[in-house]
Amino acid sequence: MTAPLLQVDDLHVRFPISGGGLLGAGRRMLHAVNGVSFSLAKGECLSIVGESGCGKSTTALSILGLQEPTAGTIRYRGQPLTGPGAPSRMQRAKAVQMVFQDPYASLNPRQSVRTSLAAPLRLHGITAASEIEGRIEAIMKNVGLTPEQARRYPHEFSGGQRQRIGIARALILEPEIVVLDEPVSALDVSIRAQIINLLLDLQEKLGLSYLMISHDLSVVEHMSDRVLVMYFGEVVEEGGWRAIFETPAHPYTRRLIAAIPDPDAALSPHAREDRFADIPLLAGRRFVADGSTAPDVFTAPAPSELVEVAGDHRVRLASV
Amino acid sequence: MTAPLLDIRDLRLGVSLGRSAQHPLLKNVSFQIMPGEAYGLVGESGSGKSVTSLAVMGLLKKPLAVSGGEILFKGKNLLALPKREMRRLRGNRIAMIFQEPMTALNPLSTVGRQIAEMFVLHQGKSWGEAHTLAVEALGNVRVPNPDRRAKNYPHQMSGGLRQRVMIAMALACNPDLLIADEPTTALDVTVQAEVLRLIKELCAARGTAVLFISHDLGVIASICQRVGVMYAGCLVEENETRALFENPRHDYTRGLLGALPRLGSRSEHGRQRLVDIDSIIADRSKLTETRFITPRDAQGSQP
Amino acid sequence: MRLGFNFWLGASLTALVILAGALAPWIAPFDPVLDADLMSSELPPDATFWFGTDAQGRDVYTRILYGAQISLTVGIVSQVINSIIGITLGMTAGYWGGWWDDLVNGLTNVMLAIPSLIFALAVMAVLGPGLPSLLVALGLTNWSWTCRIARSSTLSLKSQGYVQAAQTLGYGDLRIMFTQILPNMMGPILVMATLGMGSAVLSEAALSFLGLGIQPPFPSWGSMLTDARQLIQLAPWVAIFPGLAIFLSVLGFNLLGDGLRDSLDPHMRTRKP
Repeated sequence: MTAPLLQVDDLHVRFPISGGGLLGAGRRMLHAVNGVSFSLAKGECLSIVGESGCGKSTTALSILGLQEPTAGTIRYRGQPLTGPGAPSRMQRAKAVQMVFQDPYASLNPRQSVRTSLAAPLRLHGITAASEIEGRIEAIMKNVGLTPEQARRYPHEFSGGQRQRIGIARALILEPEIVVLDEPVSALDVSIRAQIINLLLDLQEKLGLSYLMISHDLSVVEHMSDRVLVMYFGEVVEEGGWRAIFETPAHPYTRRLIAAIPDPDAALSPHAREDRFADIPLLAGRRFVADGSTAPDVFTAPAPSELVEVAGDHRVRLASV
Repeated sequence: MTAPLLDIRDLRLGVSLGRSAQHPLLKNVSFQIMPGEAYGLVGESGSGKSVTSLAVMGLLKKPLAVSGGEILFKGKNLLALPKREMRRLRGNRIAMIFQEPMTALNPLSTVGRQIAEMFVLHQGKSWGEAHTLAVEALGNVRVPNPDRRAKNYPHQMSGGLRQRVMIAMALACNPDLLIADEPTTALDVTVQAEVLRLIKELCAARGTAVLFISHDLGVIASICQRVGVMYAGCLVEENETRALFENPRHDYTRGLLGALPRLGSRSEHGRQRLVDIDSIIADRSKLTETRFITPRDAQGSQP
Repeated sequence: MRLGFNFWLGASLTALVILAGALAPWIAPFDPVLDADLMSSELPPDATFWFGTDAQGRDVYTRILYGAQISLTVGIVSQVINSIIGITLGMTAGYWGGWWDDLVNGLTNVMLAIPSLIFALAVMAVLGPGLPSLLVALGLTNWSWTCRIARSSTLSLKSQGYVQAAQTLGYGDLRIMFTQILPNMMGPILVMATLGMGSAVLSEAALSFLGLGIQPPFPSWGSMLTDARQLIQLAPWVAIFPGLAIFLSVLGFNLLGDGLRDSLDPHMRTRKP
């Protein structure tokens, strides 16, 4: 078996929160990410789902190098991305790129699309005008725009077109991993399908690996190969998409799925909570957090472990 | 047949450009809401769903102006009502909740006092009585420890709790109509589910009609009995919720429904590409030419 | 690109001031200093002395043309120095944060607490009177507002997606500041700078009045205005024309600043689709 493209081991991120006291008095540590581990294979789409404050964005920022982890390692093709010997921003740029949630804030309003796409190429040593033009033309076509549109400024595009440009910028350096941060949640409903289709097409065509951050479980189910469910900094359940959506084991996962406002479910005569009623919770073992009360984010979580319930399907239970 | 609670007839409104020119935002929108009914308006940004609600509330700001039509509330035309009477109606008979409760709550006053103010203002209660009623109202929207929470300022509460406070304020005077404009868009999914259930149960128990505005078809389906689909300032399709989702007739509605990844569809059909709305609709400018409004009486004969 | 009437009015006024200053030796009818004649002092405007004469009998029109050199130099150079200091400190403080941000903030607060004229006086006292020290003094004293604006703009721009995108694309910090952040905050900075030009012209007047600025008898608009104080009822033209010159040039700077801000904004540059 080949080594995974990206390997995250026991990632911890803590932020100091000032308590308002003098000289740092009352300063507390916010435990944003607690011991998250996962791997991402070539060509795979892994989604991290959870609600605001669960640590999914912080995890993604750590991988992008925009947030220094407190502890843990992130490896790209076996090479550490953190700590001493970590690659520079320049080297990292060719490995991981990001597509942002808000298409309106993610493009510099003072730069034409062409400038936004050409500048990173020049920065990375591609200076021949013909090659820059060729690359821009190819990427514009790949995301479903015309090369001529590159001359325009961001405000001349619609939300969906801007998101296409955001995708083009993420792909211009030809990275292997693309972090998708809620890639469609800021878009109009009728545009979402086009962007989801585009992302899936590009993944097939270019062999990309996606790490998607999302709270929209219908999109996650549609796009992902594997899913991590995060709750207050911890992974509470992980597995293949089918395991997570059809036989969810953790009560929080079940609550998340039941909460999706889905027209079919809303109109079906059976209450959604009943859907998982015949799937037993794991008898005899205790869940550390079941999602009914919010844990204290300023203390380290109670000891717990991920327990395998089926092949490649794990759920977090309290340590015995 | 009962008379509608809210009857919007041929409502036209737009942005004034200079003296006589107007850029239209709503083109002859008509729909009715029955007493106690939950009516959903669904549409994308710029479809005109939010300005419709502002027009009903009489809260249209300067460049926006109504250019024709009527908004009849219990038979009275709100557009012809004097400002003072409209103010008496607002918050009392017609109440509204917004997407971001933080902007609608006064940051310098406790939530208990803000709810109590509704009773003082509209029902002439004393502050003492009003405070007791406010704590009761917080309990009704299932805020835990309503006594203690009444003393909180808005910033001390989570988004979900703030939205509950907004609902408590809106329902304080038992209004006939509650307008909810994307009230759960800013909330997490599990909180959204709780807030939706709350709105649904409280309004059903009190017989309050709801005008629910959202871009999310799932949210609309879970709360409304009847749905209107808006596109580019026109109501292009209207039907009972179930009939609309099971048998969409307008191309735009069909496109919207197809564009949505449905939970569970992947295990049945595999990871197929979603329906691209532009492949259904060749020319978006022709969309507003056809309208499918299924009258209420017709649904009685349907199974 | 279509620029508004205001921009062209501002540009014309500014161009007029620049031309007046640059061409003064050729177009001025008299010498600003040497052609003093007490016999013809305080004459009202006529065909020979277009703007009248002052207490020493010097032609006010000539002195205004020469004064433009001083006022322009003071206005532009001091604002360039102010903007460079303010932008550099504010942008780096907002971007890097931490102890550097604390330090810059402290420094800005100290600068805001000391009245700028007093500070300028202190600098002038150390450096001695004259135009170069005047420029340094005014350049060092008025950067705090620019710094604050630069810092707060940077803080809000830093969280924009395109700045984060630039980081992931491998841009260095300085490159991000100069290509992503600076162009997006030039609007308010330019307006601050043009407003500052006006106040610099007035500060120069005050310092010259105290004998620390431009040394008499060489003219600057500020010193002309202060000299005219005692004559305001006897010979109002001695005060009106320098005042008008200051008013028109400050107006010109401000309109030009507004126009530049709009023209730098790509939203104004291209048609909506």
